[in-house]
Formats: sequence, C-alpha cells, structure tokens
Amino acid sequence: MFNSISEAFKKAKKENRPALLTYTVAGDSTKKKSLEILNSISKNVDICELGFPHNTPIADGGQIQTSAYRAIKNGIKIRDIFQIVKKFKKNKYSKPLILMGYYNMIYQYGENKFLNDCKKSKVDGLIVVDLPWPENKNFAKKCKKNSISFIQLLSPTTSKARLKKIIKDSHNMIYYISMLSTTGGKLKVSPKKILFNYNEIKKISPKKNCVIGFGITEKTIDKLKKADGLVVGSAICKEITRSLKNRQNPVINVSKMVTKLKNKIL
Amino acid sequence: MKIKKRIPLIDQHDKLGFWGGKFGGSYIPETLKKPVDDLTKKFSKLRNNKSFLKKKDYYFKNYIGSPTPFVKLENLSKHLGGAQIWAKVVSEANGGAHKIYNATVHALICKSMGKKYIVGDTGAGYAGKMLSMAAKKFGLKCKIFMGAKDIKRQKPNCDAMRKNGAEIVPVYTGSQTLVDAVSECMRYWVSNCDTTHMCVGSTVGPNIFVKVCGWSTSQISKELKVQIKEEFGKIPKKIKLINCVGGGSSAYGFWSEFVDFPKSQIEFIGVEAGGPKHSKLHAAPLSRGAKLGILHGAASYVCQNNDGQINETESISAGLDYPGVSPIHCFLKDTKRAKYTYATDEEALSAYKLVTKYEKLNPSLEPSHAFAEAIKIAQNLNKDEIIIVNSCGDAKKDRDILKKRIKNYV
Ligand SMILES: Cc1ncc(COP(=O)(O)O)c(C=O)c1O
Repeated sequence: MFNSISEAFKKAKKENRPALLTYTVAGDSTKKKSLEILNSISKNVDICELGFPHNTPIADGGQIQTSAYRAIKNGIKIRDIFQIVKKFKKNKYSKPLILMGYYNMIYQYGENKFLNDCKKSKVDGLIVVDLPWPENKNFAKKCKKNSISFIQLLSPTTSKARLKKIIKDSHNMIYYISMLSTTGGKLKVSPKKILFNYNEIKKISPKKNCVIGFGITEKTIDKLKKADGLVVGSAICKEITRSLKNRQNPVINVSKMVTKLKNKIL
Repeated sequence: MKIKKRIPLIDQHDKLGFWGGKFGGSYIPETLKKPVDDLTKKFSKLRNNKSFLKKKDYYFKNYIGSPTPFVKLENLSKHLGGAQIWAKVVSEANGGAHKIYNATVHALICKSMGKKYIVGDTGAGYAGKMLSMAAKKFGLKCKIFMGAKDIKRQKPNCDAMRKNGAEIVPVYTGSQTLVDAVSECMRYWVSNCDTTHMCVGSTVGPNIFVKVCGWSTSQISKELKVQIKEEFGKIPKKIKLINCVGGGSSAYGFWSEFVDFPKSQIEFIGVEAGGPKHSKLHAAPLSRGAKLGILHGAASYVCQNNDGQINETESISAGLDYPGVSPIHCFLKDTKRAKYTYATDEEALSAYKLVTKYEKLNPSLEPSHAFAEAIKIAQNLNKDEIIIVNSCGDAKKDRDILKKRIKNYV
C-alpha cells in the first residue's frame, strides 16, 4: 500500500538527497499550461503537489492566491483537475501526485465521489489544509481504504502530545510547516531551528517520511537538505506570474527553476 | 435536531464544536489549532471567573452604557395602524452599534492572555471602529482588515478607526468586502498567532469565536427581558423580535434570553440582505436556500457554486454583505425556532425613509432591513401584538450612500 509515494522517498534516499516536491495550481495559467508544466518538470521532481484552487483560501499567501484566482478565472472546475491528473499520469515520466486544497470543495463534490475520481485518475495522496486532526480521522480512514495517502500537517505550534497522536494516525508521509505563516512568507525562522523541530518529529517516528514546506526558495533550499523531502510552492507560482507579466512562456521558466532547485539539493 | 432547554445556545454544540451535529466546527489550518485551543480554555475559565465577570459588567455599564433604551415607536405604529412597534435602541451604546460588546470582551480576553496586539475584520466598519476603541481603552495595538470597497462606502467609521490609532489594512482580493476582510484577517493570524489575538466581528468563524461573540451580545436580550417586564408588567402573549442578519451577532444577542419561550409567544424573525431588486446577487444564505458549506473555519449555509467556490454577494449594507452566516442561525432555522426572510436594498431604503420621517431614530442600513420586515407585517397584525426591532446601528456611517440614494436627504 501507498507504494508510489514511499518509493519516491526511497529513491531519493538512495541518491543521498531529499525528495523534491513542487506545488503548482491546477489550471494555472490555463488547463493546458498547467499540464504542460507538470510534464516538463516531472523528470526533476520526485512528487508533484497539485493545488485545486479555492477562492477563499485562508492559509495561502499572495503568490498562491494569485495563481488560484487566475485558474478560477480561466474556468477550472474540479472535474477538469481530474482530467489533468489523468493525462499527466499517462506520461511515462510521471511522478506520484498529491492533490492539495480546501475541504469545502471536497465536501461539495461529495467525499466518496471525490475519492472515487482520485482513484480513477490515479491520485496518490491528498492534503486538506483546513481539515486538521482529529476532525480528519474519518476522511483519512476513507482515503486509506482507497489506497490514497492522507497527509497530516504539523506546525511549530503543534504540542508534543498532539504531535504523537497525529503521527500515530498518519500514513506514509507527513508535512511539517516550517514556521508560523501562510504559504509564500519569507523564511523568518533559521534553518537550524526548523531542522531542530524536524528532528523532534523524526525522533517520534524515524520511519515516516517527513517533508518540510513553506518559505522554501532557491535561496534557502540547500540549507534544509537534511530533510526527507522539501516542498517548493509559492516560488514557482511567483515565477508563473512573472513569466506571464513579461510575456514569456511559464512552462520553460518554471522548468528552468525546478532544474536549479534540483541541482541545489544534489 | 432539537434545541435543549435551559442551556445557552452557544453551549449546545458537540465535542467537535457542531450545533445540530453539522453546523459550526473548527475547520482550521494546523497552525491555528493551538491558539484556538488556548482561547477556548481561557474563555471557559474567564466566563466562570467572578472577578472577570465583575470587570465585564463594570465596562458594559460604565463604558458601553447599559442598558440601551427600549422605546415605543408611537408615530410609526399609528401610521401603519396595526401592531405596536417598539425598538431596542442598541445604537445608543458607545460607538453606535452592538459590535462594542464583542469588541470589549475580546479586548479584555486579549489582555488577560497577556497579548499586546489585537486584529479584527470589519464590513460596515462598526466591528473595526469598536475594536479600535476597545484597543485604545485597554492599551492594545490594533490592526483592522477591511475590503477596499467597504473602506470607500463607510468612510466615517474608517475615520474613527484611524483617530483611535488603529491601522486599517485594505483588502483588494475578491469582491473587496467583508468576506475578503475575514479571510485576510485569518491569514494574518496564522502568521502572527504567537503574539496577536484575533477578534472575529460576528458570530461566525471557528466554534470558539461564535461562542465568545454570542456570549458578549447576549447582553442585549438580558436587558430587554427586564425592560419588557418593566414596561408591560409581564411578558406579553405575542411578541415578534425582528433583527437583521449578516453574520448574526446582533440577532443572536437579541434573541438568546428568549429561546426557551414557545415560538407562539415570542417569535424570532431574521432579515437578510436581498441585494438590489432583480439582482441575482444577494447575501441571504438562509432565506434563499443556500447549501451547507465551509467558510472561514465553520460549516454553515453559504452562498456558493456547485464546485464549492464562494459566491460574490451584493448589498447596499456593508454589514450584511457576507455569503455565510452563523452556524447558530442555521441551527435555529433547521429546528424552526427562528424564521428567516430578506429585504432588498430598495425596501431597506424605503424603511429608512419611513422610520426617520416618523421617529427620532436614525437606524443604519443594516437594521433598516429589519424595519422593512416590521413595516411589511405590522399592518396585518392587531394592536395587542408587539413587534420589537433591534435598531442595532446608527446611520451616521451611511451618510454618503444615503445622500446618493435618497432625494432631499439632510
Ligand atoms: C449596525 C450593524 N448591524 C448589523 C450588522 C451585521 O452583523 P451581525 O449580523 O453580526 O449583527 C453589522 C455588521 O457590521 C452592523 O454594523
């Protein structure tokens, strides 16, 4: 169970580096472009996170908001997102894919139908930003039943007792939020401090794959290399915005950026 | 789904914070779990702490100015020729609206938690103005998040906030109204929850914010119950309590003491914002059949599309211009204890004109929605029936809108 995500971490470990995870928004800047971006970065990425955009995202900063609003304006619907995933998964260089978003969209689509469509389009994992533990217990179980990994989030504010309980209920991957921030904030905590907290989590469960995200850019990624995996999101969304503004092709620019990111963690 | 007797509505939720098993809860990012938990524990201690309660009562009396007047609108009643129309003039409270209760309580909580910074959202600008007042009074630094559209249309309240030393952070995303202000305020709190206390301006948001706000505004009905008894000698046989509903904090506070009365004796009518006549957009999730959804950390009826994107809303009243509503009002709706309807922009304006023509009262556009409903039904009721409208805000803030929309406005 949960093989593809676990395999991705195993492979990175064998190469003595953290796994590289990217976050892009489905439908940014168009349905077609977001698929092209996934396809073009796939060879350098270990796991792709794909956001399903919401217009009231309470935990996202400016860059991801901009991407999300752009995608929604261009007409993206949940069923299109599954189509994007399906097509991406047909690419022979495709990677494990995690959908990430807010609970209302899953709720309106219907939990069961959503999971069913995840399965059909070969989604490997799910992150639901506003469905914390223990509220997520039932849904996480349903995910497991469908062989979809439900990824629990941990934060600097999570108490030790709570950490233990969440990790116990977690699947094969957990996500540590580096600092008190929405996505896209400047890294306001030292990498040393982040890795200290990260190690506290690893002590509780050495075997679980733990990634660090929030505030990671080309400038900061190499300082966190010791983690099992690192997530870059806002920096990529920002690059898409910049490319569009300069009338450049975001696919090429994002692909270049991801190559650079990869080189920094080798 | 059933309402329990003798237990405040704010406490009738289950372990995960849901009223009626499905409204409310706390759909929050992991980072906010701890501050929400801390606040929950703190509040449950403080509300049973004698010295805190004494302090609260002291400020409610001497700072807010309790009780606010309860008056008969003789001329309006006579003009309409049906039920007696009364008003609870909550706009006489310090600052000009009921938002002062929640703001004062949050400032007191913030202080007792040892935090020096307080942030809040605002639509009509009253929640922001009151928070800036309370912050100034208690020596806190204050930031207010407000949609750019609302900053333009509620200027007098913005001037007041600035005068009180608060920083107004304009929000340019989405429809640039209350919904966006609340989102941005929550984002700010995610990043600053270690030093900063957040006040949600109505009975919405994660469970604990619904409770703190409802606990604060319940002062209105506590006063009213005493005033009704003083005025009539007992609680009359037929009363209708009419209140506008944006997030629902004034309505909750206006009704909470009367929940256990049979609805045949004390009826609750909530009036939402119907938006411009003939417009598709509105802010009336309860009365226009919106589906259950999650907005700002709680499940409630929400104006949204099939994909779960939150709909834009439109109302002449910035305070009611919100796509969601308190989970407690969803609970009151589904248990049929309260009835919800809406008034259009035009109906609210006509009501404003009529009320100000006949009475020395100057209700803002929010309570003008409630007056619109009172005016609609009063004529068909008889003289011993009593309508009480919560006149929960003062229209000074609406000066610019009224000037534009009403001929010969002075
Ligand atoms: C005067 C007034 N009434 C009503 C409202 C609506 O909020 P609620 O339904 O929480 O009372 C507002 C909100 O800003 C307001 O300023």
